[in-house]
Amino acid sequence: MKRIGLDIGSTTIKCVVLDEKNNIVYSDYKRHLSRIAYMTQCLLDAISEQFPGEDMSLVISGSAGMGIATDMNIPFVQEVYATRTSVKNLIPETDTVIELGGEDAKILFLSNGLEVRMNGSCAGGTGAFIDQMSTLMNITPDELNVYAKEHEKIYTIASRCGVFAKTDIQPLINQGARKEDIAASILYAVVNQTIGGLAQGREIEGNVLYLGGPLTFLSELRRSFNKVLNLHGTCPENSLYYVALGAAMSPTDTSFVLKELSERISNYTSSAGYTSCTPLFESDADYEEFCSRHEHDSDNIHEITEPADKMFLGIDAGSTTVKAVLCDENGNIFNPSYQSNSGNPVPLIKSYLEDLYKKWPDINICSAAVTGYGEDIIRNAFHVDYGIVETIAHYTAAKKFKPDVDFIIDIGGQDIKCFKIHNGAIDNIFLNEACSSGCGSFLQTFAGALGYEMNDFAKMAVKADMPVDLGSRCTVFMNSSVKQAQKDGASIGNISAGLSISVVKNALYKVIRCANTDSLGKNIVVQGGTFLNNSVLRAFEQEIGRDVIRPHISGLMGAYGAALYGMNKCNKNGTSKIANANDLKSFTHEVKVLQCNGCNNHCRLTVNTFDNGRKFIAGNRCEKPLNLPKSSVHHDLYEYKNQLLMKYRTNNIIPGRPTIGIPMALNMYELLPFWHTMFDSLGFNVVVSPVSNRQLYLDGQQTIPSDTVCFPAKLVHGHIDALTKTEVDAIFYPCMSYNLDEGLGDNHYNCPVVAYYPIVIDANVKKIKEKVFIDDFVGIHMPKSFYKNFRKTLAKYGYNFSTSAIKKAADKSYKEYAAHMNAIREKADEYLQIARSENKPVIVLAGRPYHIDPEVNHSINKMICNLGAIVLTEDSISWHEKKFPTNVLNQWTYHSRLYAAAKYVSKNRDKDLNINLVQLVSFGCGVDAVTTDEARSIIESSGKIYTQIKIDEVSNMGAIKIRLRSLFSAAGIV
Amino acid sequence: MKTIENRVEFTKEMKEEYTILAPDIFPMHMRLLGKVFEWYGYKIDFLHYQGKEVIDTGLQYVHNDMCYPAICSIGQLLYALKCGDYDPHKVALVLFQTGGGCRASNYIKLLRKALKNMGMEFVPVISLNFSGMEKNSGFKITPLMLYKGIMSLVYGDMLMLLRNQVKPYEVNPGETEALVDTWVDKLARQFEHNKGLVSKGVQRNFDALVKDFHDIERTSEKKIKVGVVGEIYVKYSPFGNNNLERFLEEQGCEVMVPGVLAFFQYCFHDDVTDFKLYGMGPVSHHVSALAEYVMSKMEHRMLTALKKYPDFVAPSDFNEIKKHGDNIIHRGVKMGEGWLLPAEMIELIESGYNNIVCAQPFGCLPNHIVGKGVIRTLKEMYPYSNVCPIDYDAGATKVNQENRIKLMLAVAKEQE
Repeated sequence: MKRIGLDIGSTTIKCVVLDEKNNIVYSDYKRHLSRIAYMTQCLLDAISEQFPGEDMSLVISGSAGMGIATDMNIPFVQEVYATRTSVKNLIPETDTVIELGGEDAKILFLSNGLEVRMNGSCAGGTGAFIDQMSTLMNITPDELNVYAKEHEKIYTIASRCGVFAKTDIQPLINQGARKEDIAASILYAVVNQTIGGLAQGREIEGNVLYLGGPLTFLSELRRSFNKVLNLHGTCPENSLYYVALGAAMSPTDTSFVLKELSERISNYTSSAGYTSCTPLFESDADYEEFCSRHEHDSDNIHEITEPADKMFLGIDAGSTTVKAVLCDENGNIFNPSYQSNSGNPVPLIKSYLEDLYKKWPDINICSAAVTGYGEDIIRNAFHVDYGIVETIAHYTAAKKFKPDVDFIIDIGGQDIKCFKIHNGAIDNIFLNEACSSGCGSFLQTFAGALGYEMNDFAKMAVKADMPVDLGSRCTVFMNSSVKQAQKDGASIGNISAGLSISVVKNALYKVIRCANTDSLGKNIVVQGGTFLNNSVLRAFEQEIGRDVIRPHISGLMGAYGAALYGMNKCNKNGTSKIANANDLKSFTHEVKVLQCNGCNNHCRLTVNTFDNGRKFIAGNRCEKPLNLPKSSVHHDLYEYKNQLLMKYRTNNIIPGRPTIGIPMALNMYELLPFWHTMFDSLGFNVVVSPVSNRQLYLDGQQTIPSDTVCFPAKLVHGHIDALTKTEVDAIFYPCMSYNLDEGLGDNHYNCPVVAYYPIVIDANVKKIKEKVFIDDFVGIHMPKSFYKNFRKTLAKYGYNFSTSAIKKAADKSYKEYAAHMNAIREKADEYLQIARSENKPVIVLAGRPYHIDPEVNHSINKMICNLGAIVLTEDSISWHEKKFPTNVLNQWTYHSRLYAAAKYVSKNRDKDLNINLVQLVSFGCGVDAVTTDEARSIIESSGKIYTQIKIDEVSNMGAIKIRLRSLFSAAGIV
Repeated sequence: MKTIENRVEFTKEMKEEYTILAPDIFPMHMRLLGKVFEWYGYKIDFLHYQGKEVIDTGLQYVHNDMCYPAICSIGQLLYALKCGDYDPHKVALVLFQTGGGCRASNYIKLLRKALKNMGMEFVPVISLNFSGMEKNSGFKITPLMLYKGIMSLVYGDMLMLLRNQVKPYEVNPGETEALVDTWVDKLARQFEHNKGLVSKGVQRNFDALVKDFHDIERTSEKKIKVGVVGEIYVKYSPFGNNNLERFLEEQGCEVMVPGVLAFFQYCFHDDVTDFKLYGMGPVSHHVSALAEYVMSKMEHRMLTALKKYPDFVAPSDFNEIKKHGDNIIHRGVKMGEGWLLPAEMIELIESGYNNIVCAQPFGCLPNHIVGKGVIRTLKEMYPYSNVCPIDYDAGATKVNQENRIKLMLAVAKEQE
């Protein structure tokens, strides 16, 4: 009897038929566009046509196949298990299988104890991710592969989450990095995601098999895996069909008459229901009322067809689109343009201008202003007069449509920006953290994946009767929610409507975190290309229970605002310096990528060279490579703290002494002075792990067991790895449930990760066994018993000291630690004095001790200094405050400092001092889900603006800069 | 009335007419626990609201990056106030608070903050804890009541254990659940008359209980044995874990969920460890040690009764569990489920439950250490162990969770 194996995945359906000797007699591969039952039926019909009258067995596998299998009483095998069955049968010598699919990534370890790893709630680094990235670059995945072959450089792209990676790639595109390099970097990101996220401490070795679509079709992806894993994996024949083959090979007693089965399936509609939301529109009349209402939103602003005497140009070089528009003195719109940013905004603006000059050679442009991610490069390339931060541009535009606007929400292709307006100033800014973005481009990619044009996809949502409830968390989660909805028989229209509702909920509850939609404001203007989609607009109105204004140029608002801004700023009788028709003729643009060797960061610089040798450098974290005259001295406490610690990092070795290694990570950034003094006094050499960098992180990446832990914790693996390569006798990294009690909170814990990370190291880093690893529990918060217990701890490892020797060393260590903290406080006082006398703004960049690691903070401190402010740390000012009641349980030492620092800033005793707080939050820091709201409420209680910056392995510095510039602008600093 | 900590106190007057609302965490145990509260003059309702609206309520008022149990349990409480089933002016809310270094200690404060945002800060919130945090004049737990409370946990563990071992094999469907109901009623009546609480009464009950369950006619078919460990809320609450137990039963598994008692013993034992490691609580740790001892006494009776019937799997006592823990992790790890979680995994493997679902909320901090962090070591110690970590979250879908569990089961079938 012939056996059919059917693999119904998230996007495709694969089918094989095996004869009695395991020969493949039929195979097929199709995208199912979520019409699972229909496609299954088609396949069965095709098979029964080729083999008429034969009964066959049938086993289904795949993540989207479970529903139909259950309902039709067809045997089902789990897909990883199916893979394993086929590999065992066909290539039994395989040690490890790496299988990437549409939305899932798997590693199977077959030898030495079976282990299976699947991607968890995070779907980054899969086929869908590669598709998304190609769409972003405006090429097909195959082209991406071809480009990757020619790469010269690899850029760092966050590998943990697909959405994150996207925000890394966008600036690269905007900065004009080579497509070849970006393409290869994307594939490397996939490799890193698979290894970092799935291997979880187990090394990939032996005979490796590559399976699944992406690895079959993309030769460069295989090559990247080979290179990173340092081996040569094979991609077997039929690598696409291993799940289907495994299904066919699974033992089963049931056979089917294909004709009959196909008929049964054609009568089948999925039995399971799904959770739905209220429809967007009750009736057609409802929809028409809605449309006509919004037509009146823009009654005052008209589009003119010929330029007026004086015109003002605005450009918004956004993340996924480039927008340009001119306006006259009344704000009427002329020659708007809205184009997809296919990687590089420069040629788009060039052709816009060329086209403009050609049609209207006499146009008089009085001013030109640019905003958006590409602000700097466009400004440099075309001599644009003004560059403004996006938030200001959007507010300027919104005011034109609704002078009393008090809340603006902009959902663009890549980002959500919302801000409240209070007393005519931008008061409160919410930008989406990279994790929850998606937004417009997500909808678009999804439409594409389901086989529809965006416009049609949006229209179908209007008629949806039961929109799918897709949750409001993260777009990556939405992927699997959609998968489930498809399984449950949701129509495309209902999925489309559900996605629109999700985007809105995401914005409201995840980005703005509004508990009460009334608190947003009364006069709301919505902007951004995504709101051109009626279903998103309607979902928004439904969710907040209020009608809003959508300007008809919703997608152009950034550019329009820039134009208005320029108009207000310029001398209306003058002429803009923007490149004219002649300038454009000689315009050239070349891109080169260099590595800056100015400091340890080794930034990859993108050097754009324009005609006449004008240069624009991007990718730099500091001003060093720009060769600017040293404008001013930086007052940067982050830098100072790092300098203080350097004293303990000389790693002097005196022969004959035992050597202790200390990993410079997490709480060691604060306790190094303590432990260094301790071991030094006891006669040890102390070797501290090197300054963090990318390579150090990658070296430890393979041993990280939990991919959702914060980046500072992940870095520990790199530091430990570095120490194991040295000659140290022992590595000291103790567990500490409790931190020192500074009297600022109800308790003085460390967070669970800081407290117990040594346990993770012990359990997951194989190489640690080569050294003595001292990861015992210590309690330095109890000075009276600490030294006694510590003596026992050291004795356990053969380091015997008298109690008095330990006591002496401990006393010295406590003193050294106190002196260290004191030095920080004194420096802060000195800086505050400078701030007063030189009238400089102060930013308290509040984080944790380990946030001073430049690999963690991405030199945000330097960015703030470059913007002209003095940077202080939370621990340098927290001591000014006493314990005070908080709305949250104040039980962690580091976080108590944060609340105290926020209190200090909010009190602002000294009226001459312009002081603000910016909170640094590491992605994945669960504790900060508690602290951020509290810090915000402390800061806002004084009428100040709270700013939070989320950082991860890689962060989008462009977005961070917007946030900081908006804060500076709103706080009246610049 | 506001207290010095600036919170609304639950007063004596409120006790008369207010209903106390609690989220459901331990479905089995709470049936008895509820009765205990009733006899002491409290009106208490354990909420069973489930579904999207409850989650949405949680998401709306709790920081979305907060752990999933906070979203579920606070969501349930707030939903009760919103949905119209209760008069918000006639209810108080209660949450259990451990006071450890984990985020969970903050649930009470987050609940109050949410109430404030809802404009319902007048609703009193009661913290149920052992560490003497936040006192209320209308909510006093007398020693006898506390004892009864503990006993309902002990009986709850026993019922859960027996039900789980009998139900999958019962010949007459429904018989096991019916017996559970009978016993809950029987125990409730005994408690009311202060019976079945000490020495002989307890032993008699345990013996009868085990015998009754043993007498249920069972098949001898072989089922896949699956253990469940994890963060306390998603481990036990069907709302938190998408009805995990039911799903496993439908897949033809016998499920073992380690008892609640061990978690409380673990909480008390942490104080003993703090004294040992750092010299903290030189006096108070004796009280905790005593509490641990009392519980272990009860546990001992339970195990004695179970061991009379060798066809039931009797779990190890807490001392054994401590030893299991010492083989894999330091006892100083005390945040969240701490060292208990890996210790329970070993306990399960040692008693024949090699297949383990480790249920954890997405991004749970202690779980980075004691869940995912130790699986590698566990695998080295027990190469045939088959552990499947599952993340629970407002956005995670059931299909992905079930898909992973099915994979675990497929591997399990092969190992049979």
